[in-house]
Amino acid sequence: MVQAIVREEQQTKQEMKVLQNQPRENVYETNNLNLWYGDKHALKDINLNIQENNVTAIIGPSGCGKSTYLKTLNRMVELVPSVRTTGEINYRQRNILDKGYSVEELRTKVGMVFQKPNPFPKSIYDNIAYGPRIHGIKNKKVLDQIVEQSLRGAAIWDEVKDRLHDNAYGLSGGQQQRICIARCLAIEPDVILMDEPTSALDPISTLKVEELVQELKENYSIIIVTHNMQQAARISDKTAFFLNGEVIEFDATDKIFSNPSDKRTEDYVSGRFG
Amino acid sequence: MVSQKREKSLDVQQMIADKKNKGLGRKAEKLVPTILFITAAVSVLTTIGIVFTLIFETIEFFRRVSFWEYITGTEWLPFAGEPSYGILPLVLGTLKVTGIAIVVAVPLGLAVAIYLSEFASDKVRRVIKPILEVLAGVPTIVYGFFALTFVTPMLQKIFPSLEIFNALSPGLIIGLMILPTIASLSEDALSSVPNAMREGALGLGSTKLEVALKIILPAALSGVLASVVLAMSRAIGETMIVSLAGGSTPLFNFDVTGSIQTMTAYIVQVSTGDAGYGTTIYYSIYAVGFTLFIFTLIMNLIASWISKRFREEY
Amino acid sequence: MAYINHEVVERQMTKRRTKNTVFKNLFLGATLLALLALVVLMYRMITQGAGYLSLDFLQNFSSRFPEKAGISAGLVGSLAMLAVVTPVSLFLGVGAAIYLEEYAKKNKVTTFIQMNISNLAGVPSIVFGLLGLTIFVRMLGMGKSILAAGLTMSLLILPVIIVAAQEAVRSVPGSLREASYGMGATKWQTIYKVVLPAAIPGILTGSILALSRAIGETAPLVVIGIPVIVQFLPDGILSEFTALPMLIFDWAKRPQEEFQYVAAAGILVLMMLLIFMNSIAVFIRNKFQNRY
Repeated sequence: MVQAIVREEQQTKQEMKVLQNQPRENVYETNNLNLWYGDKHALKDINLNIQENNVTAIIGPSGCGKSTYLKTLNRMVELVPSVRTTGEINYRQRNILDKGYSVEELRTKVGMVFQKPNPFPKSIYDNIAYGPRIHGIKNKKVLDQIVEQSLRGAAIWDEVKDRLHDNAYGLSGGQQQRICIARCLAIEPDVILMDEPTSALDPISTLKVEELVQELKENYSIIIVTHNMQQAARISDKTAFFLNGEVIEFDATDKIFSNPSDKRTEDYVSGRFG
Repeated sequence: MVSQKREKSLDVQQMIADKKNKGLGRKAEKLVPTILFITAAVSVLTTIGIVFTLIFETIEFFRRVSFWEYITGTEWLPFAGEPSYGILPLVLGTLKVTGIAIVVAVPLGLAVAIYLSEFASDKVRRVIKPILEVLAGVPTIVYGFFALTFVTPMLQKIFPSLEIFNALSPGLIIGLMILPTIASLSEDALSSVPNAMREGALGLGSTKLEVALKIILPAALSGVLASVVLAMSRAIGETMIVSLAGGSTPLFNFDVTGSIQTMTAYIVQVSTGDAGYGTTIYYSIYAVGFTLFIFTLIMNLIASWISKRFREEY
Repeated sequence: MAYINHEVVERQMTKRRTKNTVFKNLFLGATLLALLALVVLMYRMITQGAGYLSLDFLQNFSSRFPEKAGISAGLVGSLAMLAVVTPVSLFLGVGAAIYLEEYAKKNKVTTFIQMNISNLAGVPSIVFGLLGLTIFVRMLGMGKSILAAGLTMSLLILPVIIVAAQEAVRSVPGSLREASYGMGATKWQTIYKVVLPAAIPGILTGSILALSRAIGETAPLVVIGIPVIVQFLPDGILSEFTALPMLIFDWAKRPQEEFQYVAAAGILVLMMLLIFMNSIAVFIRNKFQNRY
């Protein structure tokens, strides 16, 4: 069954070949990144370049460091008190691990969608308008436009346009997650990080979010951590396989799933462990 | 085969069965819930006792003093030759002190709560929280003494017109006394907002201050409000600080530099004096106590209503 | 269409970060101010009172002359009152907690009792004094005795003890109960032999804090009419007595400046007693925490 899906993926991949032939710049260049939680060496010598306007999937078994790596890309990982890092991550040619780099500035350009939908306990409108507001946009008309544009961008406008001022908690989990994606789009980021965005959703909602990711990559660079290999195969252009804090293999998604060069990758994608 | 084995070893099951039939355990099993229910009922009886005590003696008071005079009168002169019993000066005294306390304690308490919940590291929090608990555990008599012998003289250096007994000094110290209540309960409310909210807001490029003021504080608002109302109720009922540093001059004005009297301080004044059992003055402390009880009851009900009505769902 | 100009955002960022730092320091300042107040308070009491603290001060009765005034009647009285409060409030409080956590059905009566307890916790202590004066001192004829004061204080701290004991009982893991039931133990056997022993550290910690509140409370004693001029030590629970905070209150009110130092010395004794009780509570908490 996995093979059938992979075959299907290969077909869609071929349709997108045109897009892939364009030269792409790297948004992120990671060089010799090491990260420790206290004494635990969680990321080991990571070297990874991530291209713009692409969907990059990060897969691997639980505890392999994939979420940690993702959270390092917007320095969210620093919320854990005992974290230490070495090496560098260049985002658009500037090392974000430099002491002087403003995390707030970084996170304005690098949005994040979390594992569980986490809308704020406010109205749908206020959720979307939060980001633009803190970044200095006060004009009501402009905010209205941003809210509509972002909700349309997250393919949820039609479902919520009549109840923008209801609390976001009244929505279903899948809708909440798309609200969170819209909230992220509202600050017009360059990159969107997604940390297992569908793991808390039902299959239909998952499908909707996946379709959305496909649409979004036209304008954004997306990096998605997923536990679900079929998902990675369906939506990503490139895939990185993490194991025990190391990058085992990083290549085009169809290569990883059909003809991996490392034995461990093959074992993992064919479901032999993980 | 099983029975053969049993004959060799002690028959525990038989011994247990013998014990059970003695019946003492059975009786305890039935008696215990009843006894425990009675202990739980004591708290209800206490409330009933308080309410009935206050009502009965207050009724006796209103046989002698007009209810209308009591709730609208602006003169409280129980010891005068021609006594008058208008509660408003005492209520105003209480409100002055409470108002000052709230003005001090709410901004400070909230600042402490936000610092501990949003900015401080785990280590710092673990040091500071117990120290704040100490502040909450200091007996009010100690605070009263501190207000009278330290805070008032210090304030007099700044405001020479300040009298020895005044509303300002006890108000400030009651503010200090209720600060841990506000800080600690608000901190609980703030830190119970899930981290996912913080991550969501930080992920959009917010500073920690913006997260605290725009996301966490509004989300925890009901808990914070409840803590403030509860602290207010404690300030209203505070006795020893105002008895020592507030004075015993019930005046119907809005001056905070002169001597005042609160409802609680009046009860203390009568209790330490020699008003005999059965006099109007004796019954007046129940009327004042009842008034005080109603004030704090309303506050407590508002606090629990706020936290129930606006229970956060994340 | 782009609404967000990232260059503008970047320019404003410095301002926002500065604001963040300023407020962080303001919040820290408020915290330090509260701690400073505590330090100043302690410092004042020690510098004022230490000079008057002596063996004589502990052994003498109160007096019109500051240099002869002592605290013995108050100290013994407060401890005697504690000897009434401790068993009464623990029996009633732990009993009520076990009833509410283990036996009570979820019905209106239980909800009412629970609501009543939280409201009772908010009643001002001086109102408990009025209750004690009417019921214990007059109606039951106990007079201004250790028993009357002790029972009043027991009722005052009862809500705190119930809530602490409820939390302690609730935190005993269900698996322990199941293990006991699984061997055929009855409900009371399970509570008495398994739940209570496991909950005792928590109960004690909360109760000691409540008891130290009873030691420091003054208002109810004033209303009950506990005297301050007592030249004898109590000889039974129906004996008249005086208490530490009553003496402090009396000395603090006196016009002669010398008595301020006597009051401060009394406060030091009171605070030392409280610190002693609190350290026991902290010791118990640290020794037994996170056992499951």
